[in-house]
Amino acid sequence: MELTAESIVFLIMSAITLGGGLLVVSARNLFHAGLYLMVSLLGVAGLFVLLSAPFLAGVQVVVYIGAIAILIILAIMLTPSVTQLPAIFNRQWAFNLALAAFFFVLLVSVVSPIMGELGVDAWNADFTQKNPADVPADSIVNLGKDLVDPDKYMLPFEVASVLLMAALIGAVLLVSPDKAKADEGGED
Amino acid sequence: MTGLLQDIGFSRDLAVLIAKAAGVIVVAVFGLLWTLLGIWLERKWAARFQDRVGPNRVGPFGLIQTVADTVKILLKEDIMNKGVDRWVFNLAPILAVLAVTLIWAVVPFSAAWIGTDLNIGVFYLLAVGALGTVAVIMAGWSSNNKYALLSAYRAVAQLVSYEVPMVLALLVPVLLSGSMSTQEIVRQQHIWYVFAAPLTVLLFLISGQAEIGRGPFDLLEAESELVSGFHIEYSGMKFGMFYVAEFLHAFTVGVLTAILFLGGWRGPFAEDVAILGFFYLMIKSLFAYWVLVWVRMTLPRVRIDHLLDFNWKFLVPVGLANLLIVALVWKAIPGTDQISSFGDAVVPTLALLLVNVAMFLVIGALLADRGRRERARIEARVAGADLPVETVAGAGD
Repeated sequence: MELTAESIVFLIMSAITLGGGLLVVSARNLFHAGLYLMVSLLGVAGLFVLLSAPFLAGVQVVVYIGAIAILIILAIMLTPSVTQLPAIFNRQWAFNLALAAFFFVLLVSVVSPIMGELGVDAWNADFTQKNPADVPADSIVNLGKDLVDPDKYMLPFEVASVLLMAALIGAVLLVSPDKAKADEGGED
Repeated sequence: MTGLLQDIGFSRDLAVLIAKAAGVIVVAVFGLLWTLLGIWLERKWAARFQDRVGPNRVGPFGLIQTVADTVKILLKEDIMNKGVDRWVFNLAPILAVLAVTLIWAVVPFSAAWIGTDLNIGVFYLLAVGALGTVAVIMAGWSSNNKYALLSAYRAVAQLVSYEVPMVLALLVPVLLSGSMSTQEIVRQQHIWYVFAAPLTVLLFLISGQAEIGRGPFDLLEAESELVSGFHIEYSGMKFGMFYVAEFLHAFTVGVLTAILFLGGWRGPFAEDVAILGFFYLMIKSLFAYWVLVWVRMTLPRVRIDHLLDFNWKFLVPVGLANLLIVALVWKAIPGTDQISSFGDAVVPTLALLLVNVAMFLVIGALLADRGRRERARIEARVAGADLPVETVAGAGD
């Protein structure tokens, strides 16, 4: 494989993603771990750009860095007593390592053609193409149209919004005052 | 420029790389140099609003006051307290400036001048804006100071929640132009969107003011409560960088208002003479920015619970209703998906303007009604001063 500009960028972005991920689990300071998580997610956004999916890169930054990672950090800031961890490992580390390794093997075997070569057919997902299909010039317009097209992804799209709505209502219920109290001052 | 570089013997890839790098440097340096003049301008305006003269000692009209301030701030001692998280503390001001200068990459300065015309331009603005929040949190936490930390909590509450009405407002120009590219949005404004969507402009300006954390929404650095908020422990140029980031962010909101609603670089002969387009954009941006400074200098600071109430119970519902109504009207008018001249845009713009006036009237009526009820409640409370304490405390006036 020759070293093109694209593959150099890919290597840099992969290094950022994996290095950030490694630091998330090895950092003693939970706040730092949260920041490393952002770095790692930023690397993933870079990979999306490299795959000609700028919209997904934007979503990655807005949703994961701008919302989820910030909320994680907020939760960490609210619990200063556990911010500094005494040890890198806790009691569950062996189980978690096994679980992570299992998923790693599963993913690699699906994405790469290894299983096919080992004789297990119909296992790998055939993602590795020699000549990838042309990316449409304006993929974002297609994405928008497909999302609300009844023949394509409208149903999953709507179901996802119902799910989010349920989460919203649940959050409101969790923090709403007691019903008895709400009835007393319920003019707003 | 790419062509020129290729002529003198660079390969195509390298030429594109050099041209892009030069563009990055020009745009970033322009943004930062503009700060020197812009801070002077803002201080003059602020002084006028407060019946003062403003900076008038250094240079003609105090023009180079900012230069003197910059030199002073560069020479100041750089203080680093004990217990400060060194790396995070030093990275935060850099990230703050970076987050703002990144926005300038998608600003269309004229018909031909734009850093990079992303087809997700508007979305990119939001993504980059999120990084600014991270900078505030990093500064607040790493300072090892309770006021700074409180400011970081407020940052999360305020900046994250005001992103919601901001997105709802940004969606309207995207809807009207059918594109997320900033350049395309400007091209589509045969009639400025401020006429088609005045309510949206108001929403954008309010949420923008909250996003930059300036009065009446300057709770991140409320000096009467938090001393100076997240940058309390910063001195010298590190503080200067936060100051620059805040100013530049505020001006950038002005630029974005100009691009999204005031027609960007559009104006007489702007298509042919690039520098004219740039000139128009700056005039419009300065006007929008002037409105922001006006509001900042006029209104007192709001309380944190009022701030969040106002966002979730007023701005978000209004933003949602506005988006739905505009989308429905836009879909109902025939031919809105192929507007290519001033004539095409007249009828849809007038229709949307009417709808907007109606929305303003409804919102005004609702607010007046709410105000009346609130007044009646408080008057009842004052009349019966022997009410149980709990009712009074829970009222939240």
